[in-house]
Amino acid sequence: MAILVGDDTRLVVQGLTGREGSFHGMRNKDYGTDLVAGVTPGKGSSEVEGVPVFDTVAEAVSATGANTSMVFVPPAVAADAILEAHDAGIEVIVAITEHIPALDMARTVTHLRRSSDGRATLIGPNCPGVISPGKANVGIIPGEICEPGSVGLVSRSGTLTYQIVHELTREGLGQSTCVGVGGDPIPGSDFIDILERFEADDGTELVVLVGEIGGDAEERASRYVGEHMTKPVVAYIAGFTAPPGKTMGHAGAIISGSAGTASAKKVAFEEAGIRVATNPTEVAGIVKETLG
Amino acid sequence: MDLFEYQGKELLRKSGVPVPEGRVASTPEEASSAARSLGGKVVVKAQVQVGGRGKAGGIKPAANPDEAAGVAEQIIGMDIKGHKVRRVLVERAGDIKAEYYCSFLLDRSQRTFLGIMSAEGGVEIEEIADTAPEKIARVHIDPLLGMSPFHARKLVFEAGIDPGARKEAIAVLPKLYEAFVALDASLIEVNPLVLTGEGRVMALDAKVSLDDSAAFRHPNFDELRSAHEISAQERAAKEKGLNYIKLEGDVGIIGNGAGLVMSTLDVVKAAGGEPANFLDVGGGADADVLSSALEVITSDDNVKSVLINIFGGITRGDLVAEGIIDALGRLDIHTPIVVRLDGTNAEQGHKMLDEAPHEMLRSATTMLEGADKAVELARGDAP
Repeated sequence: MAILVGDDTRLVVQGLTGREGSFHGMRNKDYGTDLVAGVTPGKGSSEVEGVPVFDTVAEAVSATGANTSMVFVPPAVAADAILEAHDAGIEVIVAITEHIPALDMARTVTHLRRSSDGRATLIGPNCPGVISPGKANVGIIPGEICEPGSVGLVSRSGTLTYQIVHELTREGLGQSTCVGVGGDPIPGSDFIDILERFEADDGTELVVLVGEIGGDAEERASRYVGEHMTKPVVAYIAGFTAPPGKTMGHAGAIISGSAGTASAKKVAFEEAGIRVATNPTEVAGIVKETLG
Repeated sequence: MDLFEYQGKELLRKSGVPVPEGRVASTPEEASSAARSLGGKVVVKAQVQVGGRGKAGGIKPAANPDEAAGVAEQIIGMDIKGHKVRRVLVERAGDIKAEYYCSFLLDRSQRTFLGIMSAEGGVEIEEIADTAPEKIARVHIDPLLGMSPFHARKLVFEAGIDPGARKEAIAVLPKLYEAFVALDASLIEVNPLVLTGEGRVMALDAKVSLDDSAAFRHPNFDELRSAHEISAQERAAKEKGLNYIKLEGDVGIIGNGAGLVMSTLDVVKAAGGEPANFLDVGGGADADVLSSALEVITSDDNVKSVLINIFGGITRGDLVAEGIIDALGRLDIHTPIVVRLDGTNAEQGHKMLDEAPHEMLRSATTMLEGADKAVELARGDAP
């Protein structure tokens, strides 16, 4: 098994006619993902390499049965695209777009969580997407570094995720699903949302959690793990050397006041009995040891 | 983007929040004429983005225009915690009866907005949180519904604001929230919000941080940013679209993706080195971007070695190699460069680098090996 994306995924790409949207949409298709449609307002009735393009997500859903969307549109219109996907009944919305204003995300995420009756899940924005190796890839994670297996991975970062997946694969530790929840201050899903799914997933034996400085998502996740998880969790945190008050690339990665430091997060994890690796390479070693 | 006090206050004034009348001055003469136009008795405030200005001597009263010039002379050019004072804000002085604290910000863990108020103004909110947490009133504001009048009443009554200031405070808070939303701010902190002798409530200080991602719908962001000072490297990086932060060490770092770069900094530190910077070339960086990144890093005299750590996804290893080769050909580089490449087209990239040998170029097969090599090179050891 896997979480969020898999054999049942029927993908629509919002922004499929754009340069990046078509490049990554087609890479996902080549990986084996069932790419059924694209949406670009005003470009309905055209197609991109044999994939039909529609003017609205609702049309795409009714014509193709799409149940998952990847959002690849510019930041100024991205919140609108997410709301449109939700309105059309899409279950899993993966927003890759970076630099969406926090105000737009606060409103969009509030609306989704309030009105989705447990139906719609937003992953991202500013995330690398979700891959269930061997089944489906929705996003920009390079499929070739993954291997099917039983390690679940959830991360706030993109390339750091690739680095850690690469280390896992090299040690023969395949993955059930790798989820990038994104580096924004207000993500659609946070660690806890994904940990819940991994805990319930038969195909996942252990979860790797990759955190970074800023906010308190890691601290809340550590409490959740301590109270609700039976599966082992291994953590890694980036940003021990980051200076306070500077935004380290991700809008969400900023140490403000005494909150959000890597050291505080490490302490929280260790208090919950979670082992914290000191570098990406060590993650794979600890996972191997834990799984025996 | 964090604004200077005078910038934040100007924006608040336009949103209907009462602020003291004031003028910005960058010379003693300007300060003196500002004081004259404000009626003589003023306060001269250093414009720097760091707390503790008052204690450092950056805020001083002046009874008349001549005194204002003298005080400005002392303050302009001062160094406050590493921030050089370029301008002062000259404000009409008033009679202050009480100081309060209030702020609006994004509450990440609740995915919503948060209003905070306290009757204990003038000190850092962290300090109040430590010493008198019961004196802090908080209210969550739904981003879809916005602020209701009861939110303001709740803040004012729970914080125990003086009866004489309540009515005006209840009127001012929604204006601050409106400004917070209209400006796409991530923080508006007014500390202190004061009650004047005349019974008025006004913002005596303002810390405003704006969400850079919203710049596309705020044409004034660029102008606000132009008042900020950044290092030559930071300016060059910005012009080339690189995400660069200067740090104190001597190992230059280039990577792709914020998380991987932060991790690279940590690994270099663990290897006994000190990172000279954070530089994220972003996703899908091409040869030009890599070449510019090397130019920015090697123009910093503190940098004794460079570690390039790329895990290709959208970013292609062959283009990274092309950028490195271009920079080595174009610039006079005497700093050793350690390259670690993995992911998309990494093999092709390694081959290109092998075919274009340069005495400053070293390769590493893993991130940890790369960090070790770069740290040794910065120390002057030759691995």
